[in-house]
Amino acid sequence: MNLELLALLIPVPPLVAFFAILLFTRQSKRASDIVAVTAILLTWVIALIVFFSAIGMGPELGKHPIEASFVWLPFGGSSATSLTMGALIDPLGAVLLFFVPLTASMIFIYSTGYMASGHYWTEVKGEGDTHGHAGHGETHGHEDAHEVVVDTAGRRLTKTDATAWKAHFMAFLGLFAGGMLLLSVADNLLLLFIGWELMGLCSYLLIGFWHNRIYPNQPDRITPIGAGIKAFMTTRVGDMFMLAGIVWLYSATGTLSFRAILYNEATLEMLGEPWALIPALSVAGAISILIFLGTVGKSAQFPLHTWLPDAMEGPTPVSAMIHAATMVSAGVYLVLRFYPLISVGFEEHGFPLQMQIIAGVGAFTALFAATIALAQRDIKKVLAYSTISQLGYMVAAVGIGGYIAGAFHLMTHAIFKALLFMGSGSVIHAVEHGEEHAHHHGHHFPVDFDAQDMFNMGGLWKRIPVTAWTFLIGGLALAGFPFITAGFWSKDEILLDAYLHAPVVFWMLAAAAFLTAFYTMRQIGLAFAGEPRTSAAEEATQKDWRMNLPLVVLAFFAITAGFVGVHKDFPVLGTLFGGNPFKNFVGATLLEKPETPEFTWIVVIASILVSLGGLFVGWLVYVRKPLKAGQEDPLKRALGALYTLFENKYYFDEAYNFLFVRPSQWLAAQIYQVIDRGIIDGILHAIAFGTQWTAFRAKDFDTHVVNGGGDNLARGVGDLGDSFKYVQSGRIQQYLTVAIVGVLLLAGIFVWSLFLS
Amino acid sequence: MTIPLHWYLLVAAAMFALGLYGVLARRNAVAILMSIELMLNAVNINLVAFWRYLAPLQVNGQMFAIMVFTVAAAEAAVGLALIISIYRNRETVIAEDINMLKW
Repeated sequence: MNLELLALLIPVPPLVAFFAILLFTRQSKRASDIVAVTAILLTWVIALIVFFSAIGMGPELGKHPIEASFVWLPFGGSSATSLTMGALIDPLGAVLLFFVPLTASMIFIYSTGYMASGHYWTEVKGEGDTHGHAGHGETHGHEDAHEVVVDTAGRRLTKTDATAWKAHFMAFLGLFAGGMLLLSVADNLLLLFIGWELMGLCSYLLIGFWHNRIYPNQPDRITPIGAGIKAFMTTRVGDMFMLAGIVWLYSATGTLSFRAILYNEATLEMLGEPWALIPALSVAGAISILIFLGTVGKSAQFPLHTWLPDAMEGPTPVSAMIHAATMVSAGVYLVLRFYPLISVGFEEHGFPLQMQIIAGVGAFTALFAATIALAQRDIKKVLAYSTISQLGYMVAAVGIGGYIAGAFHLMTHAIFKALLFMGSGSVIHAVEHGEEHAHHHGHHFPVDFDAQDMFNMGGLWKRIPVTAWTFLIGGLALAGFPFITAGFWSKDEILLDAYLHAPVVFWMLAAAAFLTAFYTMRQIGLAFAGEPRTSAAEEATQKDWRMNLPLVVLAFFAITAGFVGVHKDFPVLGTLFGGNPFKNFVGATLLEKPETPEFTWIVVIASILVSLGGLFVGWLVYVRKPLKAGQEDPLKRALGALYTLFENKYYFDEAYNFLFVRPSQWLAAQIYQVIDRGIIDGILHAIAFGTQWTAFRAKDFDTHVVNGGGDNLARGVGDLGDSFKYVQSGRIQQYLTVAIVGVLLLAGIFVWSLFLS
Repeated sequence: MTIPLHWYLLVAAAMFALGLYGVLARRNAVAILMSIELMLNAVNINLVAFWRYLAPLQVNGQMFAIMVFTVAAAEAAVGLALIISIYRNRETVIAEDINMLKW
């Protein structure tokens, strides 16, 4: 088997698993689990073979990547402009082949455990006897898990089995992974876009997976189905711009192949011409801004960030999938892939406009999302905002020319954020189990008890030690705990680039890093430290190996993955770990190897300070004096009005609702009334009326003329017969008389005619 | 002096007309049957007269006449049988009353 073929095969097993599950094994959860996990493990093996072969080639891979493509769609008049399909594994692609199948495999295994139990509330449709007390909103009756209660909004609710559609869940995960892998190995922008949109669809399907879930007593809270639509629509905004960029790029260069555009000095130089409309911007710059807008949507950068926190409505493995291994990584991968285009004009004239925009958006998002994360109660929402913030880091890194640092952080972040999400899922699972246990022991919970609320946790350290330890490792990696975690090294690289090239970005990112460390410690403190604040936390338990194994595996990589990218001038460690092999390898993706940023102690000290400082403050507030049950967040008093602002996410959802959602809903309603109901229905009704009128006239013609004519003819003939039947009198002599008269007449005529002639 | 042909023909025509009148006007079915015999015999006079005057060397006319006699005898036999049968059923031989085959 040659490598090119293997590279093409990488996305295939999960896609096959998708169809296999939906077509054949969907009746059996167990069989579907086996199909999905087998497929992803197979992909992982193939990807590892390709990955190690790629590593074996070293930096040479940049010049001679593993490439295989075939003409797919003859297009544009000549064979040079045909659209192709194929695989390209260059050093940057190889990095994706390392962490995408790894995290995806772990998420698949984790999902088989996570989706094996659980309940959620759904609304009961139709009439029936209502058990339970109206308005009180309390469950009671331990035996009957499916009794009906009424919440404060007057809705009748019952608990339903969250695992009912597990086989479909595994199938969608397969399609999702297939989309991401397709994107990872794609050798051209169109194939990448296909994988990109596949993921968009899957994120909609998976976020809204618990499609009938609603939240008791919270009629205004977004439901999974709403969150799915929101994610889909918001990313669609970015995708439209991206598609415009793709079209422009194709019309400017006649190809969409990465190598032909991005590894080709002549093309890049041609695209470097100033754009006719805005001379300050090159054509390359304008195209990269359009493509970057795709990233803004997919990687949830400001101002299209609002979908990602709501995407937490999906089952937790989905959050891990979307926020770590796949979708959001895809956005950053896109800007990394297009770095040669983005950085056109960078060397000669300082930062071009497009890079300034990208760096600005990234740095702002990093800081802005970190502040929101401070005041979230939901364990997954904290991670969601932290993801937005970390993605901002990577985007900012690309914007300031820190190509290697961005790719490095993309990899380490994918690993430790997948770990954190799965850890939080494990925590949620444990608390839900605790709730069930406590319920059986006679504890009553309000219907709106939230197993994801960190203020309902506490003291979980002893209950779920595996989760706690791995979560701690992931959290420290996120916070950038010095020297032993992957997050420290990758963040340090970004900060170093920022310090050398863009001081403003450096200060913003450093502030964000401090906040990150703080809210991570807050999260760990609230969830694991102190004493349990609810009986659910008291009896929390989670011992499923299918969930714990992926946590341990990812925790291992959350520590070790950082060592490949240690700066080569770092004392002792730099030479110990091979003088930054990551940079040497990935740098070869570009035509010109990016220069190594000069090592400086100031940045190392700064990143140690912000990291340890944030962790220390967090420890002071949340771990040294753990919260008691019912106690308010101490941060609330310290921050005052700011806390409310953060808690409400700067009211972006409200603003967008007011600015975009309502007007478009209003517009849709108007269009529905005027165009649909008025014009289209009007035309249809007119046509229907005309047809009906004609039909009635035709019916009249049929009744009166056709049927009537026929009837009358028949009746006339009958009447005639009736009148003439008396000729047959039965009297033989009459007949004979008539015959003789006739003969005489004929004879007369004959004789007469003889006379005439 | 021989009797000319048209004399025979006139007698035959008169007999035919008498028979025809009898067929059309008599009410008794037996009388109608007798009138038919009269018409047939008128024809026979014609046949014999034409033979005697126009083709005396051939036997065609006589043969025709004999055939007609035969037919007349058969017809009389069948006709009388019918009339007897009708009489037995209806107790009448009046032609006007025997009118069941009508509308």
